[in-house]
Amino acid sequence: MPNRLELTGITKQFPGVLANDHVSFAVKPGEIHALLGENGAGKSTLVKMIYGIMQPDAGEIRWNGEPVVVANPKAARKLGIGMVFQHFSLFEALTVLENIALGMDAKIPSRELESRIREVMETYGLALDPHRTVATLSVGERQRIEIVRALLLNPQLLIMDEPTSVLTPQEVEQLFTVLRKLAAEGCSILYISHKLHEIKALCDTATILRGGKLVDTCDPKQETSRSMAEKMIGAGLKDIVKAEGRTFGPPKLVVNKLSTIKTGHFDVAVDNVSFTVRAGEILGVAGVAGNGQNALLDALSGELIGDDREAITIDGFGIGLMNTTERRRRGLCAVPEERNGHAAVGDFSLSDNSVLTARDRLGMVVLGLINSGAAKTYTGKVIADFAVKALGPASTAGSLSGGNLQKYIMGREILQKPTVLVVSQPTWGVDAGAAAAIHQALVDLAAAGSAIVVISQDLDELRALCDTLAVINMGRLSAARPVKEFSVEEIGLLMGGVHGSMETA
Amino acid sequence: MDLTIAILVTVVGASTPILIAALGELVVERSGVLNLGVEGMMLLGAIAGFVVQFHTGNHYLALLCGAAAGMAASLIFGFLTLSLSANQTATGLALTIFGTGFSALAGASYSARPVALMSPIFPDLATHPVLRVLFGYSFPAYFALFMVFAIWFFLKKTRAGLILRAVGENDLSAHSIGYSVIQVRYFAVMFGGAMAGVAGACFPLTLTPQWAEGMTAGRGWIAVALVVFASWRPFRLLGGAYLFGLVMTMELYAKAGGGPLSAIPSELWAALPYIATIAVLVLISLRRDASTNAPACLGKPFMPSN
Repeated sequence: MPNRLELTGITKQFPGVLANDHVSFAVKPGEIHALLGENGAGKSTLVKMIYGIMQPDAGEIRWNGEPVVVANPKAARKLGIGMVFQHFSLFEALTVLENIALGMDAKIPSRELESRIREVMETYGLALDPHRTVATLSVGERQRIEIVRALLLNPQLLIMDEPTSVLTPQEVEQLFTVLRKLAAEGCSILYISHKLHEIKALCDTATILRGGKLVDTCDPKQETSRSMAEKMIGAGLKDIVKAEGRTFGPPKLVVNKLSTIKTGHFDVAVDNVSFTVRAGEILGVAGVAGNGQNALLDALSGELIGDDREAITIDGFGIGLMNTTERRRRGLCAVPEERNGHAAVGDFSLSDNSVLTARDRLGMVVLGLINSGAAKTYTGKVIADFAVKALGPASTAGSLSGGNLQKYIMGREILQKPTVLVVSQPTWGVDAGAAAAIHQALVDLAAAGSAIVVISQDLDELRALCDTLAVINMGRLSAARPVKEFSVEEIGLLMGGVHGSMETA
Repeated sequence: MDLTIAILVTVVGASTPILIAALGELVVERSGVLNLGVEGMMLLGAIAGFVVQFHTGNHYLALLCGAAAGMAASLIFGFLTLSLSANQTATGLALTIFGTGFSALAGASYSARPVALMSPIFPDLATHPVLRVLFGYSFPAYFALFMVFAIWFFLKKTRAGLILRAVGENDLSAHSIGYSVIQVRYFAVMFGGAMAGVAGACFPLTLTPQWAEGMTAGRGWIAVALVVFASWRPFRLLGGAYLFGLVMTMELYAKAGGGPLSAIPSELWAALPYIATIAVLVLISLRRDASTNAPACLGKPFMPSN
């Protein structure tokens, strides 16, 4: 039997970057094949060429043994290649059925389409009501729409781009069941991820890319997570250095019965949340996206101001009625999830962006005039200490890559030495090397006596980084407990909204 | 009874141009484009309709030419905002100013020259004391009602309507699936222009049988407000348009000195539709769930590269 897909010497050159350099590998029928690599390793470029979004500069693509040119996504779908994107291209105000109809190349009467959708959903155990509006669905359910849409075309190869980054552990397990079933029926799966334990659990073969080059093709079940990670980054992996048996100081940030008002139709408000973070402690807030994390961050940072002065206190001083600037003066800094446009102004220089959040704490404004020298020096220090790849303090925030901008933003806040630091998704889209540096900086900041709150959807990150953990679900926060006391299953159940998991175990 | 019938008949007549223009704008906004040039396009439609009627005497040809004038003006808007990605708000305002000025210039030599109004399409029933509520109108009133249904059907039941809504909801996703966002929006903008042109032509052809500068008197703005008031839904638009028509008609009867209505000064009655427009917009902005029904891409230029 010929290989389902075979790539030989695929090369793609972008201005200044060789995104793919003579990449060759093959996917067998019914195989689950992992494509592994850091951000910027060339995974996305490679699958875009397979799916016809881009054309390779050199090299050959063979499909079931025949050489093919995939001119566009439509041609790819015609061959039998389906793709589920990391960022869903869904229309929130439309129903599931309408969304799927829009994505079909052929015009199918809606009644017939609906019965085919129900058939696919039943076969693969993907529960979904075709008449629900997408806006009311969870992220996991939205992903199911994309999967159903791809499966309706009876693909022979399904490309999944980082499918689990937004799912709860239980949803991941459901997804794996579907994928295994598909593979058993002979559909090949190209699974892009950087989560090594998932690849070990799911995939038959792993192809590892680094800097556009193929590093290795291996059997993930024979490798350890660490050995694959080291192939991915091409160097030894640094662990977080954390002093054992640290004791925490007095409470720094105390949140008592904090609630917010729902701001938009689809937002989730924070509902009666209480927790305490002590000096030197890192508290993790786990949860699936869209469960009130944004409201929690906004309420803590001062973007949403409540009506109870004592709902949030720093060192016993009530800051519940203060705005962002006043809270920063009191020592509370925050990093929101959306880095471009929220945490930083894309069209401003890095220097000006530093002035925006550090002006009071570091005295960058005197008598209403900006001390641009101080801003420049500070920004230079951030760039140097956090290894930000930027031309200098004068380059605009928007010109930085996502990972570098994140390093700059984290550095800008951490070097202000805040009493309390609240961060959301500190390493989202940042490569493993930089993520390790950011994690270490957070641990060092805590060791120096700050209280830190980390809101993240990445459980691995939270388990490695945090001392205590709480789970947010539909705006409610579970009780915070030492992170070692939690099992992954228990966190997963809490994320899915099952409280008091002891009864269900 | 007679007075009620008379009021109702006037209400429908006064509402019809607003309804037609608002229906066009509804389709435009559903595709994600905000065209504030409705007033200007209506005036261009009004002068085009008047001139054609004046020289040919054919009302239907006049309506058609009104539509063509509105559509031509909308193409200017479309070219600037869709092909050149100009700011939609500023371009729409410019279009209104242009339409006001150009129609005044073109109509300068036509002022105070009367034309014949369109006659009812059921002449026998139009004189019936009661049935004229239903059958006493000329073509545009029925056209407007038909379009309410047709646009609802188009948006809700057809694939083309689904694509149009998808483009207004998430232009980048629609683009990535393979629909031409710009092309869909051009069609929507042209349709909106044609409807505004017809609406404008209704003024000299069905309401006041002559040309007067700025004769649409801000009704285009009311149409824009109505679309928001109706949360972008055609049947709500119908109710809203008749409600506004009622408020405007009250003014006429107050002026005529009919009983209790004249207790309020007629200037206040005249201002009422505009006050109501502002009130509606304020109320809408306070009601949070209403804004979520707005097309998510409304007013944002389509930038596929980012």
